[in-house]
Amino acid sequence: MWARGLHRRFGAVAAVQGIDLAVRRGEIFGLVGPDGAGKTTIMRMLAGVLRPDAGEIRLEGVDVVADPERAKPLLSYMPQRFGLYEDLTVAENIYFYATLFAVPAPVRRARSAELLAAAGLLAFRRRLAGQLSGGMKQKLGLVCALIHTPLVLLLDEPTTGVDPVSRRDFWGILYGLRERGVTILLSTAYMDEAERCSRLALLHAGAIRHCDTPARLKAAMPGALLAVVTPDARAAHAALAGAPGLLGLLLMGDRVHVRVDDAARRAPELRALLAGQGIGAADIAPVEPAIEDVFVALLGPGSPP
Amino acid sequence: MFERLHVMLVKEFLELRRDRWAMVRLIVPLLIQALVFGYAATFTVNHVATVVLDLDRSQASRTLVSHFAANGRFDIVEMAATQQAVTHAIDTGRAVVAIVIHAGFAAKLANGRSAPLAIAVDGTNSNTALIALGYVSLIVARFEAEAMAHGWPVPGETASSGADVPLQERPWFNQGLDDRWFFIPGVIGTLTLIQVVSLTALAVVREREVGTLEQIMVSPIRPFEFILGKTVPFFLIGLGDVVLVTVFGVLWFGIPFVGSPLVMLLGSSLFLLAALGLGLLLSTLARTQQQAFALNFFLVNPFFILSGFAFPIAAMPPVLQWFTLINPLRYFLVVIRAVFLKGVGIDVLWPDLLAMGALGAGMLALSVLRFRKSLD
Repeated sequence: MWARGLHRRFGAVAAVQGIDLAVRRGEIFGLVGPDGAGKTTIMRMLAGVLRPDAGEIRLEGVDVVADPERAKPLLSYMPQRFGLYEDLTVAENIYFYATLFAVPAPVRRARSAELLAAAGLLAFRRRLAGQLSGGMKQKLGLVCALIHTPLVLLLDEPTTGVDPVSRRDFWGILYGLRERGVTILLSTAYMDEAERCSRLALLHAGAIRHCDTPARLKAAMPGALLAVVTPDARAAHAALAGAPGLLGLLLMGDRVHVRVDDAARRAPELRALLAGQGIGAADIAPVEPAIEDVFVALLGPGSPP
Repeated sequence: MFERLHVMLVKEFLELRRDRWAMVRLIVPLLIQALVFGYAATFTVNHVATVVLDLDRSQASRTLVSHFAANGRFDIVEMAATQQAVTHAIDTGRAVVAIVIHAGFAAKLANGRSAPLAIAVDGTNSNTALIALGYVSLIVARFEAEAMAHGWPVPGETASSGADVPLQERPWFNQGLDDRWFFIPGVIGTLTLIQVVSLTALAVVREREVGTLEQIMVSPIRPFEFILGKTVPFFLIGLGDVVLVTVFGVLWFGIPFVGSPLVMLLGSSLFLLAALGLGLLLSTLARTQQQAFALNFFLVNPFFILSGFAFPIAAMPPVLQWFTLINPLRYFLVVIRAVFLKGVGIDVLWPDLLAMGALGAGMLALSVLRFRKSLD
């Protein structure tokens, strides 16, 4: 699946301006960015439910902009909140979506048993969808979205508000799909999920700022990262603001991640600075950046364009 | 395509069946409103509270008052002693009509001179006032006739007035001029319109709100399949409404149904097309169920008032009369009343049927077009 030169405006707001991306089969491609960066708009254009103002989208060789109807059987789009009929049971919801996609009955039965088992929903087949928990609803949404065996799966923040156990089930299903060569594109607000993607696009103001594997994005982060562990991380965070050579500061629980231009030179300077303020630093050591550090470094204020 | 439409319908009926209160919500208000309309919606004026000031106290004046008392249209609530008491009774709303018989009424009558009688009517409700005045004229006329028979010469009548033109009133189709016969058929159209428009609009908007609409639209279903799946159930519910209120009107209120059920079915179907189109159109204009509700409220009342349900279209200003031309209820009321009371067929009703068909096709086409756009 690839897209070139995607543009879309909503009135005066340019939601998406010039997106190029290509996702290979068997890849889990992540879209990461702050709210309003254009993630949902991109997804809806790729799914063929929103026409781009300009640009081209190809999905398994089908021109999505010109012929969305031909693309629809090939893909599955799962919005942030999957539309389930709450007055229908789990099995009836699956039957409904399977029939819309003309899935033959034997295939439907085999597939739904397999998917329900993977989602841990087999026991709830006769329960009304409205009586499922948030995580179970989201998994049922995924089951409905996968019932027609799509080649391309578009997931918009699929695990927002989902409990950790359901999230693990969810990712289990996604890895299984990747093995079968399904193309997966998802947006996420969870950094641990972003780490699991094969490639990531960092989105800001409707444009892709950086696009690479998580490892290479980390390597591309300007500067080096130091973890400052202190009993009073909040005070240290305040004290370190404006320190020489400082590129970024991020408070992470009991520690402060400090991004500096030169780790070897700045570490003793920071220790001295904290000591001068009466804050005893237990430890200052270089650390591997997490994707969250990269995200903040690349998209945060004062980040390189 | 048939599979997808079928599963849409299965889903709609499953949802309806799961909703325990759906049937109650659909049927009970309909019957209650039909009952209320049947009993309350009437132009007939009965038991008008009346105050009488008899300053003559003669046999003639007492006879006149007894005519009013015996008629049943007027309830004499007070025999006032003074003009002030009369004014007070009207002011406080204790009486709507005041009859004032001045002193010398009988004497003047006996002398064959004009005997004045003052009637005051509370015109706040102009309709009631006008109708009550009509009854007053009737009663006074009957009193005059009797007075002549008793040998009291009545002013204006001379013995030689031979040319008598008797007016024979013979109302057709509704011999008793029973208002109910006029209103109940109208109630069928009105209630069906309100119910079908709001059900359709809310159902589609709900799918939009819940997110199922977008989910369905990423499937290979075509918009018209979705729209058919969404409208066929409400079409059936609408037909059920028509049958239910018709049977109720005939059995409970004894309204005659002299026409052809087939013409009624045809008229109802065309009318429902227009109502469904209107509901869908509303659903494309509303993002939330609240908006749909507000729009529905905004639209349905004018449609009701400008339909000829109670207020004659011919008496409306031209601009409003033009508006009635795009009002499906206007045509349906003509059809339904004609079928109920006159028993005429398609040969007479075809212009109204055609108009409803055209309106229905137009509104459905417009709503399908708008529906496609509203998905973006």
